[in-house]
Amino acid sequence: MTDPKATTVEVRLPSRMGYEKVAMSTAASVAKLMGFRQDRIEDLKTAIAEACINAIEHGNRLNEKLSVGVVLSAGDGALEVKVIDDGTGMKKQPAKPDIDRKMHGEEDPRGMGMFLIQALVDEAEWVSGIDGSSSYVRLVIRLDKDAE
Amino acid sequence: MQSETKSRVDQVTSPAGHPVTILRFEGDIASTSKDAVLGAYQALSKATAKLILLDFTKVDYINSSGIALVIQLLIEAANSGQKVHAFGLSAHFTKVFTMVGITKYAQLFPDQTTALAAL
Repeated sequence: MTDPKATTVEVRLPSRMGYEKVAMSTAASVAKLMGFRQDRIEDLKTAIAEACINAIEHGNRLNEKLSVGVVLSAGDGALEVKVIDDGTGMKKQPAKPDIDRKMHGEEDPRGMGMFLIQALVDEAEWVSGIDGSSSYVRLVIRLDKDAE
Repeated sequence: MQSETKSRVDQVTSPAGHPVTILRFEGDIASTSKDAVLGAYQALSKATAKLILLDFTKVDYINSSGIALVIQLLIEAANSGQKVHAFGLSAHFTKVFTMVGITKYAQLFPDQTTALAAL
């Protein structure tokens, strides 16, 4: 591969827990070809893993007859990722997790996936399909994000 | 597809002379890791395991379900009067644990030597 810019890579995953790691490693390879720093690649891997887990568990409800689509579009200075499932999408965004409430049993210890996605990438949006039969999360991570 | 989570327990003494129980994890920490994480913790004696270190040195992948198991462990430990800290997380997962607030309830150390020296 000589020019990874303007390149699209697509992966289809079975709706089975654990297969999010295929999307993680594919995204890491594309991001590495684009020149992302390793710490940003790690951010991307976690964000994609969480998006795929949500798609497998909530979107496709672990139905192995359904697959999760992952479309990686390497553009000019940014990588866009769409994780597509057959669910109807989210009705509303969950509240930001609160560790104190979790520790005191007032909030489920789970429910951190969307928070992690939003915190680790530059853009994240959840889109419901017009016909209500598919939805996707769109993530963007930019190449020029300053080092932390 | 997910790498099975293994766990084992070591008993050591800190330089200050405190008995410390180290719960060492290996593999992925995800929704399938309940027995290896919570089960291994729950098998410890509440009477003797008062200081617990979680060793993540050999863990490559932790997802939000895995983090939830760690939080459940911290809740049970807090309710039992046990102190829990952790070491061996990668820079990325140190950042993630900090983002979700775990550092408010468990200190994170780079390695076992640093962790034991602080206890």
